[in-house]
Amino acid sequence: MNDRSPLSLHVPEPAVRPGGKPDFSSVRIPSAGSVPRPEVDVDPESIHDLAFSIIRVLNREGEAVGPWAGMLSDEELLEGLRHMMTLRTFDARMLMAQRQGKTSFYMQHMGEEAVSCAFRKALEPGDMNFPTYRQAGLLIAAGYSLVEMMNEIFSNEKDPLKGRQMPVLYSSKALGFFSVSGNLATQFIQAVGWAMASAIKHDTRIAAGWVGDGATAESDFHAALVFASTYAAPVVLNIVNNQWAISTFQGIARGGAGTFAARGLGFGIPSLRVDGNDYLAVYAVARWAIERARRNLGPTLVEYVTYRVGAHSTSDDPAAYRPKTESDSWPLGDPVIRLKNHLILRGAWSEARHKQAEAEILDTVVTAQKEAESHGTLHAGGKPSVRDMFEGVYAEMPPHLRRQRQQAGV
Amino acid sequence: MPRKTMVEAIRDGMDVMMGRDENVVVFGEDVGYFGGVFRATQGLQAKYGKSRCFDAPISELGIVGAAIGMAAYGLRPCVEVQFADYMYPAYDQIVSEAARLRYRSNGDFTCPLVVRMPTGGGISGGQTHSQSPEALFTHVSGLKTVVPSNPNDAKGLLICAIEDPDPVIFLEPKRLYNGPFDGHHDRPIIPWSKHELGEVPEGHYRVPLGKAAIRREGAAISVLAYGTMVHVAMAAAAETGIDAEIIDLRSLLPLDLETIVASVRKTGRCVIIHEATLTSGFGAELSALVQENCFFELEAPIRRVTGWDTPYPHAQEWDYFPGPQRVGRAFLEVVNGE
Repeated sequence: MNDRSPLSLHVPEPAVRPGGKPDFSSVRIPSAGSVPRPEVDVDPESIHDLAFSIIRVLNREGEAVGPWAGMLSDEELLEGLRHMMTLRTFDARMLMAQRQGKTSFYMQHMGEEAVSCAFRKALEPGDMNFPTYRQAGLLIAAGYSLVEMMNEIFSNEKDPLKGRQMPVLYSSKALGFFSVSGNLATQFIQAVGWAMASAIKHDTRIAAGWVGDGATAESDFHAALVFASTYAAPVVLNIVNNQWAISTFQGIARGGAGTFAARGLGFGIPSLRVDGNDYLAVYAVARWAIERARRNLGPTLVEYVTYRVGAHSTSDDPAAYRPKTESDSWPLGDPVIRLKNHLILRGAWSEARHKQAEAEILDTVVTAQKEAESHGTLHAGGKPSVRDMFEGVYAEMPPHLRRQRQQAGV
Repeated sequence: MPRKTMVEAIRDGMDVMMGRDENVVVFGEDVGYFGGVFRATQGLQAKYGKSRCFDAPISELGIVGAAIGMAAYGLRPCVEVQFADYMYPAYDQIVSEAARLRYRSNGDFTCPLVVRMPTGGGISGGQTHSQSPEALFTHVSGLKTVVPSNPNDAKGLLICAIEDPDPVIFLEPKRLYNGPFDGHHDRPIIPWSKHELGEVPEGHYRVPLGKAAIRREGAAISVLAYGTMVHVAMAAAAETGIDAEIIDLRSLLPLDLETIVASVRKTGRCVIIHEATLTSGFGAELSALVQENCFFELEAPIRRVTGWDTPYPHAQEWDYFPGPQRVGRAFLEVVNGE
C-alpha cells in the first residue's frame, strides 16, 4: 500500500506582496442597502447569511440607502464627522510628536476612524468598552479631554496613569473605557465578565469587547464566545478586521473559514459583518447589537471590514510586507471622505465648510498639544515622580515594597 | 467550638461572605449544582441562587478572565480552579491582567478577586494533580499568595482574601482537606475533629494576610513552612526530639518577615521546607531574606528540604514528597553541624 502521496503543509499567503499590483478582487462587496435588517429578537439560526455578507448604507454616489439607513440626523452626522476628523488630526500630530522624540511610540487609526467613533455614539452613559489600542475614537466621541490623552502619550507630570503605561493605553472608567492592556485579546473575555456582572446585579448597562482580526486566534477570544453564549451575556463582541496583524495578513488567523464573523455561528451568537468605513452602517449595526444586549437578548458578534491604512505602529514599516499602494485600492474607500460626501449630498455640508472645520480642528488639537507639552514630554520637562512607580501596586503598600522604596531613596 | 474539616471551613468562609456581601459570587468547574469536586461549594447554589454560584465551562482562562471583568464592574468574585495544576491557561489573565489592573490604570479600575486552587501532593495525583506553583505567583508584583495549613486559619484567611481590595491566590493543600496530614502516608488518617486547629468559630472572623503563626516554640532551629509541610515539620520535631521553632507562614506575600527574623536571630539556625521543586522555589526567596537579615546570627548554613527538581511522580510519590524522615534528618544535620 504505497500509493499515498506525501503530505505537504499549507501556509496561507496574501494575494499580493511588495512589488505586486494590489488586488482586492476576492473581497466580495455587496451593494449598499442590499442586506436586510432583521428584528433584534430574530432567531440567530435564521440570519447566518449576515455573517458572510457586508452591511452597507452609503453607496458610491454618497446616498444612504436600504433598511439600515435613516437613523441619524444631520446634526448627529456632522458631530460624527467632527469626531473622525478630530481623531485623524490628533493622530497626525501625535505621529509627528513621536518622530520629534516627544514620546516613545504611537499607534494611529487612519482608515478605521468610523469604527470606534460611530460605535461610541450608539452607547449610553455607563456602558463599558473593553478596547484594544486602536479605538481612541471611543474616547474622542465621548468627549474625553485631548489634553488628558496627550498627557498619557507624553507620560508627563499630569499623566493620569502616572507614567506607568506606554502611549495610547488609556483608561477612563468615567467614560466607559476600560484600561487598555497591551496584551492581545485578554479584554475580550473580561468584557463578557463585566456584562455577566451587570446581569447578575439586574443592572441595565451593557459591555462591548474589542479585538483585532489577528488576535481572534487567541484562546481568550474563544473563551469569550463560550461564556457569552452560555450565559447570554449582555455584550457586543466587536472584531475590527483591518486586514493586517502587523505584517501578517488576516488569512493566517482566519484560516479556511469564510469570515471572522462566522466564528460566532457555532456558538449560536447572531453574527454580522459591516462596512467599517461607513459611519452610518457602523452606527446602525452597533445600535442593533446594543439594543439586543440591552433587551437581555444576549450577545452579538460584529465584524467590521476595514483597512489599516497606516503602519501598525511607529515601530512598523508596511512597505516591507504589502504593496505601497494597497491602501489606495481598498474598495471600501475612506470613512471621512465618504461621510463628508454624504453630508454634502444631503445639503448639510460643503467643501468650504469642511476646509474651515479642518482648520478649526487643527487649531483645537494644536492648542491641546501646547498645553500638554507645557506639562512635559517623555524626555523633557515635568515627569511623574519615581515615588509614583512604587505606589498603586496594591491598595496598601506592603512592607517589602516600602523597604524597596526606601532603598531607591524616594 | 465546632470542629470542621478544611473543606467545611472553606465552604463556611464563602458562605459567611456571600451572606454578608451580595457582591460576592462563586463559580468554577463543577462548583454550582454539584458543589465542586472537593465539595467546597456544596449547598451554596441552593442557598444563594444560580446567579451567585454557578458552573463554568472548562476554561480556566475564561473563569479568571470573566472574574476580572466582574471585579472591574464592582463584584467580588471568588472563583475555583479545580486543581492548581490546571491554572496555566489562566496565567496570562492572572499575571498580565488581575495583578496589574490597579497599577496600570492608576486605581481607575481594581481587581478584588480570589482564585482558589487545591494545591500540593499526597493524593496519588501524579504530575497533573499534585503541583505546588506558589512561587509562580509570589514572583508577580500585584498578587497576594496565601496557603493555609488548618481549618481555623483557612476560614479566617479566606474571609480576609475575599474582603481584600486586590487579587489573592488562595492555595488549598488538598491533602489537608480532611485531616492534618504529617507525611506518614502509611499510618491511619487523623481527622480534623481530633485536632485543636479543627476548631472553627461560627460566623465572621479574620485571620489577617501577612501574619505568620508560631506553631511550636523552640530554641534549636527555626523552621519556615506552610501548608502541609507545617504538619510534617511538627512530626519531624516530635520524632527527632529537636527543639524546633516551627513557623507557619500562612501568607507568602505579604510575608511576615518580622516573625521570621526574630526567630532565626534567636535560634541561629534555619530550615526551610516546601513541597514544590527546589530551584527558584519560594524557599530560595526565604533563604535569601534570612541571609540578608540574620547573617551575623547564623551558626549554620541555611538548609532547604523540598520536592526534587523533577515533575511530580505517581509511583514514586513518597520518594519525592519531603516527608518527616527527610525533614527530621535535616533538623539533626543543621543542629549537629553534620
